[in-house]
Amino acid sequence: MIQQLVMYEEELQQINRICETLHRDSNARAVLVIDKNGQAIASAGEVQELDITSLSSLTAGNVAATGGIASLLAEKEFAGQFLEGEKTNYHISIVGQRVILVVLFDGRSSLGLVRLRVRKAAAELTVTLEVMVKKSAHGSGQPSVFSEITDDDIDNLFND
Amino acid sequence: MSFINYSSREINCKIVYYGPGLCGKTTNLQYIYNKTNPEAKGKMISLATETERTLFFDFLPLSLGEIRGFKTRFHLYTVPGQVFYDASRKLILKGVDGVVYVGDSQMERMEANIESLENLSSNLQEQGYDLNKLPYVVQYNKRDLPNAIPMAELEEALNPTKVPSFEAVAPKGVGVFDTLKAVAKLVLTELRKGA
Repeated sequence: MIQQLVMYEEELQQINRICETLHRDSNARAVLVIDKNGQAIASAGEVQELDITSLSSLTAGNVAATGGIASLLAEKEFAGQFLEGEKTNYHISIVGQRVILVVLFDGRSSLGLVRLRVRKAAAELTVTLEVMVKKSAHGSGQPSVFSEITDDDIDNLFND
Repeated sequence: MSFINYSSREINCKIVYYGPGLCGKTTNLQYIYNKTNPEAKGKMISLATETERTLFFDFLPLSLGEIRGFKTRFHLYTVPGQVFYDASRKLILKGVDGVVYVGDSQMERMEANIESLENLSSNLQEQGYDLNKLPYVVQYNKRDLPNAIPMAELEEALNPTKVPSFEAVAPKGVGVFDTLKAVAKLVLTELRKGA
């Protein structure tokens, strides 16, 4: 079975910090970190008007489709994609084969600057992800809440 | 692969609706979307062709409430049912936590049903899953049609392992929420086992 991903406070804070630094240093509109399965993990910048849930799912679908193309061409992966719009550009990169780092930017920034800053952020994110994956595998030492879930808890969810 | 966020106290799970073309996977999601309170759902996304056939997937994020202080969020996906979209189906199964197989009750769709079920099993295997171990339920849709096959025959052909199964008429909502609840329960039970 494929390993479950668990996010703890400490790693989330680190990921948030990396997002905020990348947002600032790249003059971006927003930065998103998305799990490859389409779950939003973290974000920074002007995200209030963004539908992050939908963006996450579609971006993961896009990355999955691109990965499918890569394997048909005997490529390991296409590590990055750049979607160029009239006003907003969308820079996608895969980090640590596990998460997707997205930078939304407009005329205030440039592709070159974004690429440069993403490289640094990706390296930091990789380190944090490794810790996260290890913790997910071994637990953080704290007891899991899920072991205490009863049948009643589950049934209660569905009482309309 | 569920995603548990201790920081925001959320459990995120992925459920995939699988089945042959035109069996009613998208209709299931549309009914759920239409009948769910606005605060419990996000936008439903359909990547479809101009003739409204699913091209890549439908997506519906749902919140089911709290369990021990954790918000439970389910991401519902459908796959494109048409045979030639197999590459896309494989991608959507990645990271799946629970599967709903939607069968078409009509006699003339039996072959397509069986082909789709075999395709589900082999595509899951390719991703490292075993259908017999995954939270999995079966729905027999279009029970209201005159050419619907008797339930016993469908069960024998499409549900050899006797997982929970439901009769449905998706456009009218018959069986739709029962199916969703059953798979969601199995997913949460599985999560507890892994804890």
